Amino acid sequence: MAFLEGLAEEQEDGVYLVARADLMGAVTAARDEGYLTFVDITAVDHLRDEPRFVVVINLIARSRGRRLLLRIGVPGDDPTLPSITPVFAGANFYEREVWDLFGIEFTGHPDLTRILLPDDWEGHPLRKDYGVGSVPVQFKGAHKAT
Amino acid sequence: MSDTPHNVEGDLEAPTTEAPDGIDAADVGTGGAARRRVHDLWVAGTEERDWVAAATDEGAQELLPRDLDPAIDIQRGIAVVDDYVEEVTAEEDERQIINMGPQHPSTHGVLRLHLELEGETIRRVKPIIGYLHTGMEKTGETLTYMQGGTNVTRMDYLSPLFNELAYSLAVESLLDVELPPRADAIRVLMTELNRVASHLLWVATQGMDIGALSMMLYGWREREKILQFFETVTGLRMNHNYIRPGGVAADLPDGWEADIEHILSEVPVAVGEYEQLLNENPIFLDRTVGIGVITPDECDAYGVTGPMARASGIDWDLRKAMPYSGIEAYDFDVPLGKHGDVFDRYIVRIAEIRESLRIVTQVLETLPAGDYRTDNRKVTPPPRKRIDESMEALIHHFKLFTEGFKVPAGEAYRAVEGPRGELGVYLVSKGGARPWRIHVRAPSFAAVQALPAMMTDSLVADIIATLASADPVLGDVDR
Repeated sequence: MAFLEGLAEEQEDGVYLVARADLMGAVTAARDEGYLTFVDITAVDHLRDEPRFVVVINLIARSRGRRLLLRIGVPGDDPTLPSITPVFAGANFYEREVWDLFGIEFTGHPDLTRILLPDDWEGHPLRKDYGVGSVPVQFKGAHKAT
Repeated sequence: MSDTPHNVEGDLEAPTTEAPDGIDAADVGTGGAARRRVHDLWVAGTEERDWVAAATDEGAQELLPRDLDPAIDIQRGIAVVDDYVEEVTAEEDERQIINMGPQHPSTHGVLRLHLELEGETIRRVKPIIGYLHTGMEKTGETLTYMQGGTNVTRMDYLSPLFNELAYSLAVESLLDVELPPRADAIRVLMTELNRVASHLLWVATQGMDIGALSMMLYGWREREKILQFFETVTGLRMNHNYIRPGGVAADLPDGWEADIEHILSEVPVAVGEYEQLLNENPIFLDRTVGIGVITPDECDAYGVTGPMARASGIDWDLRKAMPYSGIEAYDFDVPLGKHGDVFDRYIVRIAEIRESLRIVTQVLETLPAGDYRTDNRKVTPPPRKRIDESMEALIHHFKLFTEGFKVPAGEAYRAVEGPRGELGVYLVSKGGARPWRIHVRAPSFAAVQALPAMMTDSLVADIIATLASADPVLGDVDR
């Protein structure tokens, strides 16, 4: 799509790879182009690949009936990304969720606190180096429990 | 039961009921010392003098200082024009903060609302969620693709078949599997009935929340008929795991046409009765007309989709715009509201029940014959009969249910029009038998986020009507 010229690299139809520095420019250009409906932000932890995290922003242009996915790579040793809340107010909760579960910090976010987990939770569970964990079951070797 | 002895043994530290050292409970607060000792529990290890404040676990979830509140900042002009009137301030002592929920019959689950009130007017709202968070997306990474359906179906427990459908569509798009037309038609039939069931439950709870108690009984009564059909087809009333990657779990049972005809003859009549009961009921109109308004711009900015957005006049339905499972072949309309208030959401949902039943009627008339799942042996287990005859089929079956099938590496996002809005699944595969990442785009999450835009500057009594009209399912919000 022409409006993302120079800002993003097309991966497949409607899916673009955006450099971290170009994120605000690309999001603003998309909004100005009619991608007004904010849909979703999520992230993927690729652990050993570089960049480690990929944040996915999902927008819809109702006027064209098209969906746009923006993928932004975020390095594991510096997991920060500019917040897009100035452009899409609805990114607020979604960025908090990504911060909560992946530990990606959104700079400029007005209220970046945990949203799903308790405030004193340690770690970010959807990272791949965070174990699934288990709950001790009372009936299995209960007498051996320390 | 209160004299049941504690069975705690070992060196577990008994919870303290003593005030921390250095603090005289008598001089904290206004209550008498004797009374405090009876009623209050201390927080062990707290050493600050203001230990009473520390005894709450609000933490970062409390309302921010007024000048730092992002909700205002965001809503003030940048993307959304909110109706927040900051100039109208009251005396400090007229303002109070109360918690509604998480245990409250009208919060539709464990939602907590932090409300700042001036008299009976709500000035600020902060929804606090996470009480039902069970890490289902993390769990999804440990389940094979065949098991994954049992996980996603439990997220939005009022529209389980939509969860399964979105998940199956995402898996199938990575697998590149073609479905037989009968499988698609059965999926459409089941999901549209699920939409009816979900909306019926919504009418029931909306009615109850604003005082029309009989609606609760009527709505559940009609929903029950659909749940009985689901039980006949899938074996379960909820959490069916019926729609699976590759098709559906089983063909429709004998006599299903009669069951559907029974639903089609009774539900529209009942819906007509609801309308007689509510549409011109002065109390219902007073409680719903002009209440909890959300503008189309706000819907876009907050990601509000589905009947909520359509009640605000947004002409957007994924069934029309980005059709799935061959739903474009059926004839149906997309009802739109105009005012974006609670009453329009009611009108839109009632109309959607009728449109969904129209689709069900068409499926009943046109259901194609054929297989109910793909014959691709990669995803579909061999028929039971083949297992007795063929060693290869037995091995195939065994492999499929122990290791699961592998999905080619890739990423896919597939969305369906759920009863609450766009329900999408973002799936990442690395070529294994388990998803690397599964994310569910939950429509209720966006609806809860938009609550402040709908509730600010309304009356306390109206938050119940507004919250109910947003139809959030907390299992969907928290996942």
